Amino acid sequence: MSKELIRLRDLCMAFDDEPVLNNVNLYINDKEFLTLLGPSGCGKTTTLRIIGGFTTPTSGDVLFDGVRINDVPPHQRQINTVFQKYALFPHLNVFENIAFGLRMQRRADPADPTGKKKVKIPEKEIHDRVMEMLEIISLKGFENRKPDALSGGQQQRVAIARALVNRPKVLLLDEPLGALDLKLRKDMQIELKRIQQQVGITFIYVTHDQEEALTMSDTIVVMDKGSIQQIGTPEDIYNEPKNAFVADFIGESNIIDGIMVHDKCVKMYGREFPCLDSGFEENEPVDVVIRPEDIDIVPVEQGQLVGTVTNVTFKGMQYDIIVDFKGFKWLIQTTDHSPVGARIGIKIDPDGIHVMKKSAYSGMFGDYSSFSEEYDELDDASIELDEEESWDEE
Amino acid sequence: MKNKLSWFAVPYVVWIALFVVAPIILVVIYAFSTADGSFTLDNFSRMGTYAVVFGRSFKLAIIATAVCLLIGYPISYLMSREGPRFQRVGMVLIMLPMWMNFLLRTYSWMSILENNGLLNRLFQSIGLIDLYNQIAMALSANPAAYEPITHFQLINTQGAVVLGMVYNYLPFMILPIYSVIVKLDRSLIEAARDLGANTFHVFRRVILPLSLPGVLSGITMVFVPSVSTFAISKMLGGGTEMMLGDLIEQQFLGGAYNPQLGAAISLVMMLIVVVCMVVMNRFGEGEEQAVML
Repeated sequence: MSKELIRLRDLCMAFDDEPVLNNVNLYINDKEFLTLLGPSGCGKTTTLRIIGGFTTPTSGDVLFDGVRINDVPPHQRQINTVFQKYALFPHLNVFENIAFGLRMQRRADPADPTGKKKVKIPEKEIHDRVMEMLEIISLKGFENRKPDALSGGQQQRVAIARALVNRPKVLLLDEPLGALDLKLRKDMQIELKRIQQQVGITFIYVTHDQEEALTMSDTIVVMDKGSIQQIGTPEDIYNEPKNAFVADFIGESNIIDGIMVHDKCVKMYGREFPCLDSGFEENEPVDVVIRPEDIDIVPVEQGQLVGTVTNVTFKGMQYDIIVDFKGFKWLIQTTDHSPVGARIGIKIDPDGIHVMKKSAYSGMFGDYSSFSEEYDELDDASIELDEEESWDEE
Repeated sequence: MKNKLSWFAVPYVVWIALFVVAPIILVVIYAFSTADGSFTLDNFSRMGTYAVVFGRSFKLAIIATAVCLLIGYPISYLMSREGPRFQRVGMVLIMLPMWMNFLLRTYSWMSILENNGLLNRLFQSIGLIDLYNQIAMALSANPAAYEPITHFQLINTQGAVVLGMVYNYLPFMILPIYSVIVKLDRSLIEAARDLGANTFHVFRRVILPLSLPGVLSGITMVFVPSVSTFAISKMLGGGTEMMLGDLIEQQFLGGAYNPQLGAAISLVMMLIVVVCMVVMNRFGEGEEQAVML
């Protein structure tokens, strides 16, 4: 990745003395696809609004290309936004919606040597640039349609074109796929990534959908309770979560109390497991993450641990089975069917074990005892909107 | 009837036939007949005499509608930007006078505007009338012949009639405009700002065009009752400023009893109003919903 473009320094934000952001520090590179990921109310939308200039931080700085832009109004930033519900102008057709930003622009008159006189962008250029955008979003021939005569996915693409036509250095996207159905959402994820690579600018994307974040991002910033929990590539975040919150939020995780006996050896359930992690104190209490797909089911006598199956769900590609190990329930994903009540053994390879330092989140996640409710919640997550930090607030 | 529910429409069809279609047919028949019932076009050819009344009615109604728009739009716009409590209180204050009897409201304007009314007495007590007399005397060609006034002529003027219309019909302008603006998606305004629009451009390019349907229905709701009013012109215009409503009333209830002529005038007025509305709807076409009467 290339040079740094935006830096957030010690950003704090409070609404009515209610802290929303605590000391957020982040730098964003040029041409990067960065995702702010977290549950409702984690401060991700507020962070985006601060970058866009719609909200002024309580304290801290926003730097753009090394210049402090805290007090620069939205229309003077080289940043454009794609809004949650698109916010297309209903009285204008597709062409005029996309041309809106260009018609607002004034630039130095090339015929005026002093450079003080400002002129509008000529109609010819507006036309060419809008048509170029329509090409990029594959909506040529739709320029005379009104927004309400477009499908959700098309409206979405017009909203993106309307922002991109101004040639911003950064595009902010606030849960732009939230209103689309699953199939369309998957197509648009690929489409968005393609557009980002084609125009070659920075995208800052806000979502609570971990799958979306993993699919598109170069960098993921996981946030919770107004603080950054982890910054990293999708692979880092998934394979090396920093704490129980990140491990639980990204994908499925069994999080077990353990003791780091010494480097490359962790003790769970009174049994030592070989692992690849090191750099902990001897006998330090730790959280151990084991992903459901990294567990092999073996005959009882070969098992490192032995448990009882309490629940089986068919998921198409695999079975999700819940297995009780001495009162702590694990989620295991397997292609082999094991009936409820069966005693099974499991085996975990050293690279399937990830050891984390204890944190404020220890003990809160990673147990599948309340299996069914947890699944309901996960299913709802895609519909749910960020109520506390909707774009309505000033 | 295609389905069972259609039977529920019967009472409404009967109602419309009896009270909407039948009266219009009656008006048309009356307009084209003489007192003894034979066909004639006289009622229309005689109407030229009343061109002045037509002109005055439309002039005053247009002025009143324009004033209502000039006052009503900013009120609606500013109110929609305030907090919800302010909006609720504001709405009640705008509606409150409408819950009082229409004649009573107009009578109170009479006592305010009268030669010896509240306003003139106020002007007298603060010396405004004396001041006017001094200035007028000093400016007149023959100061000795100047006759000082004792009051300003407020009532029985066209201005008083317009004032009465504006006062009575202003809420009908504010309500539709306000309800359109208040429902406007805030993210549209943020989107416009994000795309480089300053406050003026946000208003001009986004808020104004999107509030046009409200403006059109506001204009309709003020213009139609204004052009046909007779109580306001009678009470505040003192009969000297006769309007179409007064003229029609005279033909049916007054000394000039001539229902055929009255029907013809009503018909012409209705046609003019319909034409105005159609033209306006054309103008507002594409701006979402049509304006309803």
